[in-house]
Amino acid sequence: MTAQMETRPATTSTSVEFVGVTRVFGSTTALAGLDLAIEPGELLALLGPSGCGKTTALRLLAGFDQPTSGEILVDGRDVTRLAVNKRDMGMVFQSYSLFPTMSARDNVAFGLRLRGSAASARRARAGELLDLVGLSAHLDKFPHQLSGGQQQRVALARALAIAPRVLLLDEPLSALDALVRAQLREEIRRIQLELGVTTVFVTHDQEEALSMADRVGVMRAGRLEQCDVPSVLYQRPATAFVAEFVGTMNQVPGVIGADGRVQVGTQALSVDGPVPAAGVAVSVLARPEAVLIEPLAAVDARSPSDATVLVATFFGAVTRLRLVRADGVELLADVASHRAAELTPGTAVRVSLLDRPVLVRASVPREAEAEHH
Amino acid sequence: MVALAQTGRTGAAPPAATRRRRPQVRVGRSVTLLLAAIYFIGPLGVAFWFSIHDRLHGGVRFHEYTGVFSVPGLMDSFTLSLKLAAATIVILLVLLVPTMLLVQLRLPRFRPIMETLCLMPLVVPPVVLAAGIFAVLGSGPLTSGPLATIASDLQETSLPWILALEYVILTLPFSYRAIDAGMRSIDLATLVKAARNLGASWPTLTVRVLLPPLRTALLNAGFLAFALVLGEYTLATILQYTVFSVWIVTAGQTDGQLQTALSIMSLGVTWVLLIVIGLFAGSRKGRSRSIRRRKTA
Repeated sequence: MTAQMETRPATTSTSVEFVGVTRVFGSTTALAGLDLAIEPGELLALLGPSGCGKTTALRLLAGFDQPTSGEILVDGRDVTRLAVNKRDMGMVFQSYSLFPTMSARDNVAFGLRLRGSAASARRARAGELLDLVGLSAHLDKFPHQLSGGQQQRVALARALAIAPRVLLLDEPLSALDALVRAQLREEIRRIQLELGVTTVFVTHDQEEALSMADRVGVMRAGRLEQCDVPSVLYQRPATAFVAEFVGTMNQVPGVIGADGRVQVGTQALSVDGPVPAAGVAVSVLARPEAVLIEPLAAVDARSPSDATVLVATFFGAVTRLRLVRADGVELLADVASHRAAELTPGTAVRVSLLDRPVLVRASVPREAEAEHH
Repeated sequence: MVALAQTGRTGAAPPAATRRRRPQVRVGRSVTLLLAAIYFIGPLGVAFWFSIHDRLHGGVRFHEYTGVFSVPGLMDSFTLSLKLAAATIVILLVLLVPTMLLVQLRLPRFRPIMETLCLMPLVVPPVVLAAGIFAVLGSGPLTSGPLATIASDLQETSLPWILALEYVILTLPFSYRAIDAGMRSIDLATLVKAARNLGASWPTLTVRVLLPPLRTALLNAGFLAFALVLGEYTLATILQYTVFSVWIVTAGQTDGQLQTALSIMSLGVTWVLLIVIGLFAGSRKGRSRSIRRRKTA
């Protein structure tokens, strides 16, 4: 009988729900009425800047902390006051958390030992899981003999060994170098899909969140700004904060015309979503890849929306140009790198936006917006 | 790849200036080591020569070493010192380890207070401690009634707990520092979270997760306490207990060579213990290395 049979099968997925969860520390509200439902088998990433409440949410779900108000439901059962060691949740931490005096195998088997699993069964299960994370050759090594990436793999295997109801990942890749991070990112996703375990992944790295998660919840100041699939989050951000935090977003001044289209320089574009009243000044949200540029010849007539290349940054397949328009507005534009030779700093260019419906928002000074939040 | 590896090797070679400096550094180190060795081993060598030199007939004799166990009072005083050391270490660890874990994990704001309290014995001379003990034991509540029995039991000559308690205070700063260094070297908070998350109760995680990595620190703390108790003289002599150090001084009043031989043997016992602890603490590393060698092979 395997250890997995003695505990709960890992393929039994679990739903999680935060219902109006608030956590207050003194005068600071770390989490302000979080409502969030996580589907069984889903990998949900909580993304946001430092202090946005994402780690607090994870700690509350793990049981390391208690909410000031609200409920946390796991498979419909209220676990808000349940002790951390009774929750059956596997967690991988940001810092290497392996028990230093135990070998990789003993680390993985630790949770099974606590559950009374037979020695042979837990050794076998630990071996299987270390094989799953690609460390079958390192069973007897101690943490100090393993690299950072290997240690996090062992930590993942240890978290999975107890067949957790929910797998919690607290920025597990942030201490690793870029190459290992990319490899482990793929491995975590592969294993999560293979086992179908409901997973909550906290990160401040948007690339990680967008590439791994089924859905991404963007948090700010203790609130969930938007929770959606990565493509929607990128293409249709619900708020200006999401637009700016996820990917890179230009904000180009425009005015709503009588026909309901937004006028940007000489260009009229249709609006995606509710259209403000005619004559209202708005910011048009445009990704760098939606900004089109053409070099201007010396004889071409100039318009206020024409721009000059300030900086060109090579990113491999694309080169990112920082432009400044004649009216002082700065823009970022991505062009194929083979075009970069003709777009050196100082080159005058004509700027336009990709002709497709654009997101707009009323032009509000940033200071006023920050105060609002 | 080969080129990279070669570059790596080339890059690892020390620059010429460093190579020139190295012989000078080696000479400097050797001289320092030699001076330190003379400073430590010189007096010991002289003392050893004094203890074996036969002043009447010339030559050497090991009579003081071979006959030491038949000297009256040695075994009694040594046994008493061992019992006191054991009691001191047990009380010290039982008192310090849970308190330090609690402060480290749950009450970090009390850390400065605990540190001040633990280091305070460094500035209190043993004579003052002994005077304090006399004052307390001579005070009203401890001279009559049920507390008088407890006070009397604490002063029992077969195992004077009062002396062990005094030794706990004396050794507190050194043992605290040793354990504190061990605790700072590991991320206790994360280990606790990881173990709790996997389902461990507090007793389980203390025994299986927290104490094993602190083993070396605990051994060091225990060793420091042991060495200090074995060599402590002032408190014991003021409180009139014939522990090993007191007995050495008393025995030495009639036989200087015997006193020297006993001091050297006492030092030897301490060194042997230090080596044993070092070997014990290093056994995990040794095991790890052997595993690595096996894998490589």
